[in-house]
Amino acid sequence: MTLFLQYAISGLATGSIYALVALGLALIYRSTRILNFAHGDMTTAGTFFAFTLLGLNLHWGLAFILALLFGSALAIVFYFSVLVPAQRREATQLGQIILTLGLGLILQGLVSYFGGTVPQSFPFPLSDTKIYRIGSVVISQLSLGTFGIGLFASLLFYLLVQKTRLGLAMRATSENLPAAQTMGIPTRSILALSWGLAALLGVLAGLFLAPTLLLDPFFMLEPFLKGFAAAILGGLNSLPGAIVGGLILGVAESLAGGFVSIAFKNTFAFLIIILVLLVRPEGLLGTEFKERV
Amino acid sequence: MDLIESYQEELQLIRKPWTRVWVGIFVLLLLLLPWYAPEHITYIATIIFIYSIGVQGQNLLIGYTGQISFGQGAFLAIGAFTFGHLARLGIPWPISLLAAGLAAGAFGLVVGFPSLRLKGPYLAIATLGFGIAVYQIFLNFEVLSGGRMGMIITKLSPLFGLPRITFNYYFNFLIALVFTLAMYNIISSYMGRAFIAIRDNDIAAEVIGVNLARYKLLSFAISSFYTGVQGGLYGLFIGYLEPNMFTFMEAITLFVAVIIGGLASVEGSIMGAAFVILVPQVFSAYKEMVPVVYGVTILIVLIFEPLGLYGRWFKMRLYLRNWPFR
Repeated sequence: MTLFLQYAISGLATGSIYALVALGLALIYRSTRILNFAHGDMTTAGTFFAFTLLGLNLHWGLAFILALLFGSALAIVFYFSVLVPAQRREATQLGQIILTLGLGLILQGLVSYFGGTVPQSFPFPLSDTKIYRIGSVVISQLSLGTFGIGLFASLLFYLLVQKTRLGLAMRATSENLPAAQTMGIPTRSILALSWGLAALLGVLAGLFLAPTLLLDPFFMLEPFLKGFAAAILGGLNSLPGAIVGGLILGVAESLAGGFVSIAFKNTFAFLIIILVLLVRPEGLLGTEFKERV
Repeated sequence: MDLIESYQEELQLIRKPWTRVWVGIFVLLLLLLPWYAPEHITYIATIIFIYSIGVQGQNLLIGYTGQISFGQGAFLAIGAFTFGHLARLGIPWPISLLAAGLAAGAFGLVVGFPSLRLKGPYLAIATLGFGIAVYQIFLNFEVLSGGRMGMIITKLSPLFGLPRITFNYYFNFLIALVFTLAMYNIISSYMGRAFIAIRDNDIAAEVIGVNLARYKLLSFAISSFYTGVQGGLYGLFIGYLEPNMFTFMEAITLFVAVIIGGLASVEGSIMGAAFVILVPQVFSAYKEMVPVVYGVTILIVLIFEPLGLYGRWFKMRLYLRNWPFR
């Protein structure tokens, strides 16, 4: 039982990272119907930016904030300079997805060119070795921090989407674009903002993930794919679904790694994707997919 | 661009006598390539032939049937390792190659089942999940992948006293030629038209009598058969296999080749294969920049020339043919 709790707790910490990544993906999918294949690479770029700033002896708080802004600026620039022209030329939905793939490749190449492919350790204010005991369960400061920031960011995000005028505009835009335009909502800026917010959430996840892994240009690939899995599990167009899916995936994966086989741990997430898509394509909390042929 | 008057004409591969001449010259140049080009070029051309098989398969799925798959890396791996295991048992290469294609095709059929229910982005993710799961299974189960040291495959010994590189060139050229001709035939048959109908509008296709389930699955099976054969040939050519040759990046490379070469065109697939092989060669001093070149080309192609390299080539020919009238 102790072992079970221990695995579950460490799973929750990883799960909150997945939830943040999934939240970003779901946000973009909901508003623009695009699967953002560049999400992982935007996150990596942001994290490398923070790493460079820390190397210049900047205070970590400032460096992190600048990195978050850098990530979202990157996404907004991509939206305006590539996606908008592509949409003007009536690119298909598949075409737009492939555009994000292209952006991902570009960022991946640039990060490996400027950042180097040698894995580096990421200095972080929270320690991985300092541990707290709750009963018989052990949790490290870093995991606690990760879980805390995941919950905190989700809460802030929830308040933004549900309780502000801006959130209302975002929901309207994702629900019905032409209607939102008719109502005088500046949909283009709202969509750009959604891209920026999504990248911000991604970079946040990357910053908290980097200290546990080593930082190299590909460190986000697996968490990004698992974020995808989490978003699918919860339902791609549901924001609460992304959070729930992330946490469930984190815990399930940790339990599978602990009790079944550690080699099986990483494969697990991808089997979940296939199973969920086969049984309930709209995910746990999603509402879509009523079309039949 | 041509006026086609009969079904016979539609089935012809080449319709104009001049096209016949320059295609003939092109094939002749390719046939003579090992005798005038340096060894390095011959080697790269061989890899392009091997790749063009898989890219054609991927194009059949994405370009003609309109089903996205990011799981092509998995079929490559399945084909390659099936070939490897059979070759190790001493089974002659034609049978192992066929088995490699069939094994990949069988898995393609399995992956095709989600495609009956899923569309667009959802299918992309399901196949992506499959691709990564297979890669990790090969990585973690050494029985399947021949262990940490990889799997050694005995290369073919050259026949007719040809140098090894020249022999490999002709061997892969012939196989690629057979598969290319087969692909042309698939596309201009009922099957190919059914695929295109599914791509354009699956409901309408179903209504006019295309068996949706059968043809979607068939498309997946043929596509992964091609990819599996590519995997087997690649293993035979390199003589060595390990799971890290079939990462997510490899699936992306095939995908990039299709997009850049041109959706729904066989010539485009070959051009795309040449592109993804030549770019890393040209930029070998800046290895990190290869993805950047891919990415920038994708952006340019998708925004300015959605038909890819083939589209550009097609328009150029049209322009020259109509010159000086536009």
